[in-house]
Amino acid sequence: MVDKAIELFDCGHRACGGCGAALAARLVMKGAGKNTIVVSATGCMEVFSTPYPETAWKVPWIHSLFENASAVASGIEASLKMQGREEKVVIMAGDGATFDIGMICISGAFERGHDFTYICYDNEAYMNTGIQRSGATPYDASTTTSPSGSCSFGNKLPKKDMPQILAAHGAPYVATASIAYPADLMQKIEKAVRTKGPCYVQVHAPCCTGWGFEGEQTIAIAKLAIETGLWVNYEMVDGKVSKVKKVVRKPVEEYLKTQKRFRHLFKPTRQDAEIAHIQSIADKNAEKYGIDIKLKKE
Amino acid sequence: MMEITEGSHAVAEAVRLCRPQVIAAYPITPQTHIVEALADMVANCKLDADYITVDSEFSALSACLGASAAGSRTYSATTSQGLALMFEVCFNVAGMRLPIVMSITNRALGAPLSIWNDQQDSISLRDSGWIQFYAEDNQEATDLHIIAYRVAEDFSILLPAFVCFDGFILSHTYEPIDILSQEDVDKFLPKFTPYQRLDAADPISFGMYATPDYYLEFRYETDCALKRAKGVIQKVGKEFGTMFGRDYSALVEGYRLDDAETAIVAMGSICGTVKDAIDEMRDAGKKVGLLKIRVFRPFPDDEIAQALSKVQRVAVLDKDISLGSKGAVALEVRDALYKTGIPVKGYILGLGGRDVRKKDIKEIVSLVEKGIGDQFFGLRKELL
Ligand SMILES: Cc1ncc(C[n+]2csc(CCOP(=O)(O)OP(=O)(O)O)c2C)c(N)n1
Ligand SMILES: [Mg+2]
Repeated sequence: MVDKAIELFDCGHRACGGCGAALAARLVMKGAGKNTIVVSATGCMEVFSTPYPETAWKVPWIHSLFENASAVASGIEASLKMQGREEKVVIMAGDGATFDIGMICISGAFERGHDFTYICYDNEAYMNTGIQRSGATPYDASTTTSPSGSCSFGNKLPKKDMPQILAAHGAPYVATASIAYPADLMQKIEKAVRTKGPCYVQVHAPCCTGWGFEGEQTIAIAKLAIETGLWVNYEMVDGKVSKVKKVVRKPVEEYLKTQKRFRHLFKPTRQDAEIAHIQSIADKNAEKYGIDIKLKKE
Repeated sequence: MMEITEGSHAVAEAVRLCRPQVIAAYPITPQTHIVEALADMVANCKLDADYITVDSEFSALSACLGASAAGSRTYSATTSQGLALMFEVCFNVAGMRLPIVMSITNRALGAPLSIWNDQQDSISLRDSGWIQFYAEDNQEATDLHIIAYRVAEDFSILLPAFVCFDGFILSHTYEPIDILSQEDVDKFLPKFTPYQRLDAADPISFGMYATPDYYLEFRYETDCALKRAKGVIQKVGKEFGTMFGRDYSALVEGYRLDDAETAIVAMGSICGTVKDAIDEMRDAGKKVGLLKIRVFRPFPDDEIAQALSKVQRVAVLDKDISLGSKGAVALEVRDALYKTGIPVKGYILGLGGRDVRKKDIKEIVSLVEKGIGDQFFGLRKELL
């Protein structure tokens, strides 16, 4: 068991107040423990945690580039193996680094089967460069490169299913988690770090600046994502889905309404067809993962 | 022990003798024979290393970066398109001061696609912070790998190094080569000791970002270290000579230069052809000599100025071109000789594997004597 009281991601970093990714870093480190080497990809977390000469990391930490964290981690793992060392290697990368630009390095590293845990903190856009869309941006979200406008409702592309892609690589443990459920998140990290081979945990980490909400709402919004079925928490052990977080589902509208990135769906006029489409995404999630708690009829 | 062997195999033997712990490389012609030989050594327990079969050159150097930061001696090899794909990582490795050694079997860059030799690939990375050695023959290519690790890992340097040797011309050529024994190399190159490493017992952060308040000093210190490498190369090259009889202390090496009126400056395997041409010109009474550049980074400006102080004119052979400007070597040699006023002319030749012969060298000498230069040489007029 890892001592959860120890802070390995320290205060004093430069994240926005209410940053979901900073919370993810703190929780992930509580799950991973101090015998860990962290590899970060370029992105918000790297920038807000290590303005030279200060660092928030109380474990050995390295950042090289935006798209090579999994290759750097492969080298570290190989080196540790050759030296007979026992440290765990944990990657922390954003959704852009993971879903888009890092894909070739990730695919290679997972195929080779290195012993590391890859954590994608998913804030659903390139936040560090000013809220551009990524392969993780949800349908209809307005970003600076998929803006809503007089003839657009924002991002028209679906969110890529990274967990499934990595499970298809033969990853022994794949999981999704959310900063709104810290105990579950830490447990999953612990399990991933303990499991031999390349493991993947995708952590939903709302971004108040990029999504447009007040910093004190971060956890409430992360929770709503789960409760509406737009984010599903589950595990995949050897490719088989298990431990799905079940909910009594709320309509997606309750989630969408809380964030400026979806404001164009409600103002100036309500876009029923678009909202219905997003509801259908949640419904498909619910069906695929079986998240609905069926209430007994009186 | 003398062996008649292929350049790539000799280099692979030298790399094995350096005991790298992590090797990550991606195949590309004409580098393949080196990495195949190393994979074979690992598969047969002749080399105790982890050989990572990466998905790309980009991942190859990234994996070396990680392994080096974690405290292992690392090796990679590439060329041309592969090196171009590593561009971003090359700057990163140097900036993070990681002493990775990489072989470059020099090859042209596309388009048009060409697998044949020139030096555009490594020259294009001249600004990246890597030490750059250029070998004339396979013995030199072999020895320079062992020297490169010593220099790169020296605590006063801590920079990565390219050992460049011409693709096919050297990499695929059989020559008699003295392969050193493990015992000898162990005496020359000690076990790898990282200056600092990723270590849970002593956590540090690597690769942080620097604001304008800090960045300039990082670049300055890296430049200072690269310049300091001159002295370390001289010292280590001399030590190698004392131990094994082949002295590599000189960053530049003169051939029949003492009384030369015309000097040719060149890098790599072309120096052999130039030497033969010079012998014939000398027999015909022409006072011509060669200055071979063995180390292109750090650039041996003072050494070049000194070696060429008595010549009347200089012809620089470039197997590269900074398109829209001139050959990279010629530009820098001219800069090194600026104060002397000695005229320097550049010749772009041999690109994409175009053969360069003794008669071409003689023709270049007659051109420089007439003050004609700063041009491509050997163009097929009928194609233009
Ligand atoms: C090769 C390269 N392309 C682009 C960039 C610019 N860039 C830096 S961070 C970033 C976005 C990061 O997005 P993500 O991975 O989602 O992390 P976040 O900032 O959202 O936490 C981009 C595009 C870069 N650093 N390197
Ligand atoms: Mg992001």
